[in-house]
Amino acid sequence: MTGNATVFPKDPTWEGEGSSRIPFWAYTRDDLYQQELERFFYSGHWCYVGLEAEIPNPGDFRRTVIGERSVIMVRDTNGAINVVENVCAHRGMRFCRERHGNRKDFFCPYHQWNYSLEGDLQGVPFRRGVKQEGKINGGMPPEFKLEEHGLTKLKVATRGGVVFASFDHDVEPLEEFLGPTILQYFDRVFNGRKLKVLGYRRQRIPGNWKLMQENIKDPYHPGLLHTWFSTFGLWRADNKSQLRMDEHFRHAAMISTRGQGGKNDEVVSGVDSFKDQMKVNDPRLLDIVPEPWWNGPTAVMTTVFPSVILQQQVNSVSTRHIQPNGHGSFDFVWTHFGFDDDSEEMTQRRLIQANLFGPAGFVSADDGEVIEWSQEGFEQKPAHRTVVEMGGYDIGDSEHMVTETLIRGMYAYWRKVMGQ
Amino acid sequence: MTIDFQTYFELLNLYSDYAMAVDSADWEKWPDFFVEDGTYRLQPRENFEQGLPLCLLALESRAMIKDRVYGVKETMYHDPYYQRHIVGTPRVISVEGGRDADTIHSEANYVVVRTKYDGESTVFNSGYYRDVIVRTPEGLKLQSRLCIYDTEMIPNSIIYPI
Repeated sequence: MTGNATVFPKDPTWEGEGSSRIPFWAYTRDDLYQQELERFFYSGHWCYVGLEAEIPNPGDFRRTVIGERSVIMVRDTNGAINVVENVCAHRGMRFCRERHGNRKDFFCPYHQWNYSLEGDLQGVPFRRGVKQEGKINGGMPPEFKLEEHGLTKLKVATRGGVVFASFDHDVEPLEEFLGPTILQYFDRVFNGRKLKVLGYRRQRIPGNWKLMQENIKDPYHPGLLHTWFSTFGLWRADNKSQLRMDEHFRHAAMISTRGQGGKNDEVVSGVDSFKDQMKVNDPRLLDIVPEPWWNGPTAVMTTVFPSVILQQQVNSVSTRHIQPNGHGSFDFVWTHFGFDDDSEEMTQRRLIQANLFGPAGFVSADDGEVIEWSQEGFEQKPAHRTVVEMGGYDIGDSEHMVTETLIRGMYAYWRKVMGQ
Repeated sequence: MTIDFQTYFELLNLYSDYAMAVDSADWEKWPDFFVEDGTYRLQPRENFEQGLPLCLLALESRAMIKDRVYGVKETMYHDPYYQRHIVGTPRVISVEGGRDADTIHSEANYVVVRTKYDGESTVFNSGYYRDVIVRTPEGLKLQSRLCIYDTEMIPNSIIYPI
């Protein structure tokens, strides 16, 4: 790019109408990042908070995050799920410090303001003052009303055992938010079976949060970056595949069916990791058993904008929660699960295949690393831009993987919402 | 429950040799600390304490540990880094098979410091080993090593063995 005289843009504007050349400043500016929190995480969108199976009993709660706002997902005595903000109505304290537990109510230790599991303020110590030598000292003003000082309550939607919440009570219904196409892939995994949580993995990735969404909207990289995939024939550019989006291009699904192997010179030439005869020493790492609910595809990776990725990679299923903290960092929390009717063998298989994923995974560790290196490049010369032009300039569903169309789709949406 | 000093000395050597091997970047040495059906598991403390089975890595045999070595050496793109294990004195929990022990259950605290080429040295992973160690004709070997780590929020990624 020769026309760019400055490294730090003075008046950054996105050149042209398209979304195939993303300015580096989209990843580096604090002002844009705060707007993203407001417009994507705190309004107009449903964000992932957890799984119903994490809080099976009345009083069970789990602390989690939407954007940068700490929230509590809790099952009340009626069995309903509430999500409330973890900020005391009195002095603003982030009062809930445990990560999970069981409670009859919530209270803030600072002045012991007490809240129901629905987030309603129930009591304030010394509200009527303290009686001393026949006279009442202090107390809240007579017009103080408990019902005006509850915790911030979020709108909650559950589907198939997954819990979403929104600070925006005018947000469209979850089903409309996902749209019919993405809903179909959502329901494929979460079809009403009871889920069984297998555990958590957490990593702090020093890169802009959007890069994680892009990573799972990018079918161009897996066969190239993830040498382990290609070495053992799990991902190839000639796998049967589809790319699908919602009508706004914000969510997407990458659907693929593992090929039958064999050498296809077009695909493996230039992919230096392809090894026709390579085998793992312990076959359990790749002991893949098709499950009826797959209905064909061996992997469907669904990005729900802005907060979560739903993973089905062969027998490994997980949610991956994006929790941004600043323009250049996010926490990535993986919740691996199985299903209540899994046999012991299937549970073991899911646990062993989990070696491929997560912060140490044979495959996924690479993603965190390249996101860090991308961010370093962006910070170095924010006036520059990426070139997301594999497969052309346009945006649309696809019957192959040799395209970056999903990333272009996401930035078309981003530009619209952000006014950039 | 006592073991003779010779056996305790062998146990100390196992811990220090393991640390030296995984800090040396000579990853091929790592699987040799395990018996053939030996297991290596690296698990966040939250999963362990909640009785959740998921590990960060669950390598269920020496063959699978070798597969990990292949991944580390050949397939995983990552920032290169140095690592340094500081391992506490092992605490013997129980012993089977007399004073020269054929099975030892022991634990030891560890801290792993990571140093990237252009960065400072930082505490990368801290936790403790829960081990089952068995006597073999080649000396003491790990039947199982479970690393339970406090550093649940991993600084991006873990590539090399803990």
